[in-house]
Amino acid sequence: MSIVVDIVLLTLLAVAGIALLRIRNLFAVVMLAGIYSLLSAGLFTVMDAVDVAFTEAAVGAGISTVLFLGALALAGHHENRPGHTPLLPLIVVSVTGLALVYGTIDMPGFGGADNPVHHHVADHYLEESPNEIDIPNVVTAVLASYRGYDTWGEVTVVFAAAVGVMLLLMGGRRSRAAAGDHGQAGADGQADGAGHR
Amino acid sequence: MSLDFFVSHYNYWVVIFLMMVGFYILISRGNLIKKIVGLNVFQTSVFMLYISMGKITGGTPPILVGDGHGGEAMEHVVYSNPLPHVLILTAIVVGIATTSVGLALAVRIKEAYGTLEEDEINRIEALVEASE
Repeated sequence: MSIVVDIVLLTLLAVAGIALLRIRNLFAVVMLAGIYSLLSAGLFTVMDAVDVAFTEAAVGAGISTVLFLGALALAGHHENRPGHTPLLPLIVVSVTGLALVYGTIDMPGFGGADNPVHHHVADHYLEESPNEIDIPNVVTAVLASYRGYDTWGEVTVVFAAAVGVMLLLMGGRRSRAAAGDHGQAGADGQADGAGHR
Repeated sequence: MSLDFFVSHYNYWVVIFLMMVGFYILISRGNLIKKIVGLNVFQTSVFMLYISMGKITGGTPPILVGDGHGGEAMEHVVYSNPLPHVLILTAIVVGIATTSVGLALAVRIKEAYGTLEEDEINRIEALVEASE
């Protein structure tokens, strides 16, 4: 039964993907991207990845939609019709896609219990984490303990990204204030002074 | 090609299709925000590939049943692989970080050039270079 839900959700995702490609109103694109994320969260739930599902629903469908809407409010939401013919991208994409599909023919089937991916450290995590970490949720145990360095690196990336966003957005405001100061010394002088401080 | 083979590989093929849709948006659309949406589609398809590989048919989410220290409740439970879930949790958070930096760059480019279209930005750049 769950394989049917799986196939239906994947098909809906493919339809949403095509719609994302074709729509040129960016506001609609962002909303559709939120729906796409929510569908993928449903798919993760069907595939037993409950932690990933709620992270995707919160981050992908929630925060990322808000960020996109903020960017659209600042930058406008109309997309021009592409000027050049999309023939070359189409060829590149088709060749890459066919090569990848050729690669999947040798892959073990979906859901097999003896697929190679299940038999290295995964066994150890499932058998030993109750004794070594004693947290019922194995994903949490691996995330916070066995692979704690990964999570530390992730936090570093988030910090770097936050610094980058702040520098980009605030740095722009300061240099524009300086340019305004240079151009019109009179009326705006006070406001620019505040910008410099 | 049997139906079994189709069902057991359908996940991978849809993932590849979505990956290529994202890639196509990225290289064929000129609007910078649309490009970032394409990048997100690409990213989500990679998440689906990893989670597909971690799934075991008839398995449950990797949250231990009972007290986790053995006992009869543990014997017949099959858990899906927790490792891809952990990797993808990290990847989702890194993904939102790159998206936010990309959007901030797009906003700055809009402030500096007055447009988000790649071809118009190139034209302005060419004009600036010619006038120098």
